[in-house]
Amino acid sequence: MFWNGKNGKNGGKSEGNGHHLIDLQGIRKVYDTGAVKVEALRGLDLAVRENEFLAIVGPSGSGKSTLMNIIGCLDTATEGSYRLRGEQVAGLTIDRLAEIRNKRVGFVFQNFNLLPQLTAFENVELPLLFKGTPARQRRERVELLFEQVGLSDRMLHRPVELSGGEMQRVAIARALACEPDIILADEPTGNLDTTSGRDIIGMFEDLWRKGHTLVLITHDPAIARRARRIVNVQDGTVVSDEAVA
Amino acid sequence: MGWRNYLRQFLRDLRSQKLRAALTLFGLVWGTASVTLLLAFGEGLQERLLKNIRGLGENIVICWPSQTSKTWEGLPRNRKITIKDEDIDALRREVPGLTGISGEYSNDSRKFKVGHKVLVPGVTGANPIFAAMRNLIPRTGGRYIDDLDMDERRRVVFLGDGLKKDLFGDQEAVGKYVNVNGVPFLVVGVMQKKEQDSSYQGRDTDRASIPATTFRAIYGQQNYGNFVFQVADADKVEIAKDKVIATLAKIHRFDPSDSEAVRMWDVTENEKFMHSFMLGFRIFLGVMGVLTLVVAGIGVSNIMNVVVEERTKEIGVKMALGARQRMIVSQFLFETMLLTVLGGAIGFLISWGICAVFPAKLDEFVGTPVISLQVGAMTACVLGVIGFLAGYFPARSAARLNPVEALRL
Ligand SMILES: Nc1ncnc2c1ncn2[C@@H]1O[C@H](COP(=O)(O)OP(=O)(O)OP(=O)(O)O)[C@@H](O)[C@H]1O
Ligand SMILES: [Mg+2]
Repeated sequence: MFWNGKNGKNGGKSEGNGHHLIDLQGIRKVYDTGAVKVEALRGLDLAVRENEFLAIVGPSGSGKSTLMNIIGCLDTATEGSYRLRGEQVAGLTIDRLAEIRNKRVGFVFQNFNLLPQLTAFENVELPLLFKGTPARQRRERVELLFEQVGLSDRMLHRPVELSGGEMQRVAIARALACEPDIILADEPTGNLDTTSGRDIIGMFEDLWRKGHTLVLITHDPAIARRARRIVNVQDGTVVSDEAVA
Repeated sequence: MGWRNYLRQFLRDLRSQKLRAALTLFGLVWGTASVTLLLAFGEGLQERLLKNIRGLGENIVICWPSQTSKTWEGLPRNRKITIKDEDIDALRREVPGLTGISGEYSNDSRKFKVGHKVLVPGVTGANPIFAAMRNLIPRTGGRYIDDLDMDERRRVVFLGDGLKKDLFGDQEAVGKYVNVNGVPFLVVGVMQKKEQDSSYQGRDTDRASIPATTFRAIYGQQNYGNFVFQVADADKVEIAKDKVIATLAKIHRFDPSDSEAVRMWDVTENEKFMHSFMLGFRIFLGVMGVLTLVVAGIGVSNIMNVVVEERTKEIGVKMALGARQRMIVSQFLFETMLLTVLGGAIGFLISWGICAVFPAKLDEFVGTPVISLQVGAMTACVLGVIGFLAGYFPARSAARLNPVEALRL
């Protein structure tokens, strides 16, 4: 009830008229390292609806992270069309992309990517700072987020004073700060022990139930099966895409 | 993000990079302190030198009548030119722009006696206007020779401060008598101590003045040994000099182009030289100072570059969280500017402190350093430009980072 579900707000609108939240068509990504050109994505198509819980699996080097960076607007495709809630992302200005990352995407990384010189509170506050939220609302929002991830008593700790699982929960709180359309997690349990990993996945499931849209990259088949849909990427294309029974 | 957030961020960075911040700050403090001190000392020195030069008198020309060296209107060479009161009166009438003119008698063989002390100082016989022209300012409680002294040919004497000390020691001299070759002269004033780095017949501190009329009456000398005139404006001094020569040439019938007939010492020439010398000197100091600051600025820029490199990951994370380029740029710019302002302020305070405790005793030799508004403004400007440039390039390279690349580290 406190997860700020997305369904009630805008789910009906986008699904009702057939729009996908994410719509990738013929995405190619070529890394030009000078000597060699690496084609990480080769004409990949993928559509994600509102409130899906999607796991992306595939061998190492298949292009999963590349795909996720493009979805998250951290990177742009070399070729192809990417619509985020109907808006064509190719050709947007750097500032507009930053705004999309700020307001519509929440990242959760394998290595947490918390800033070590900031307290947990300040880390979670960052996206709100960038968004321009006034100080008081910022504080209230951050406190609420910490409550949600169950770390209210750790707000003033620095990342080094937290366990891996706690760090990842702080990162999830940060990803949720600006109420994003979609949460992208690139191997979020990769650096965690089994128990903390299970906690984190449990948290993702909760988020999904509250109406969030999640895309999760994982190597672990057991974790993939917790999602509702599994997309298998190999050599830069989707080789299989199935719903979990 | 508002400035308060930048400030918070800056303080956090300072915390995590104490040594680096300290070194950067030191460079800026050092640079600022040296610029301001160099310029302050330059200014003090200039004031000192100017004061010394002006000790003799401001915008004055001292003239000695001599002999003609050219024939003129059938008159032979080597005629002696003499200057009397009529000449001085004529000059006062004819030469425009004079603020004062006075003939001057002098003599250095009179015995001054007070008690058992006997000295033989230089004696000037002069008009009251002489005091203003030659900076002979009486100490409080005394005066220079006045018109009444002149009219009544009073036997009064004005003593240089050094001479007074030699004759009277620390005792009050005004109101007492000095025996000059057996004739008692009343001391009416003692000169205020002054700096004087040039003179033509001994420094004023060791000389005495008596009324020109008295001098003439007692010693029977009619012709002035020299005369001194003063112009209001240093630029007009050349015109006045020419007019003085022309007037005297007409009266005494000598060639106006004869530079020997009346020799002149134009004090403003010293000052002009001094000004160009000091200008060069200050430009030199300024350039040195600015270079010092530039070096400090390069240091800051270097450090900020390293900081950007070290914080690539942080920048990547911030970009992923939606920080715009402008925010990244302003963060680094803000940090650099803040460091610069801080370093500048500390350096300035140090300079100011040094100037404040500068021993007054040294004023006589090197002047008192002063941090003028000019120096302050200039340093602030240079610091501002340096701070901006030092911060701008690192900040720009930070903002140009590709977020994916930055995150990968
Ligand atoms: N910046 C880059 N420059 C050059 N090649 C790159 C770059 N980033 C990725 N690649 C290449 O693109 C391909 C896809 O990489 P990507 O990181 O997307 O794989 P992945 O599926 O996430 O692998 P993993 O499971 O090991 O994380 C790889 O062959 C990789 O070497
Ligand atoms: Mg990867």
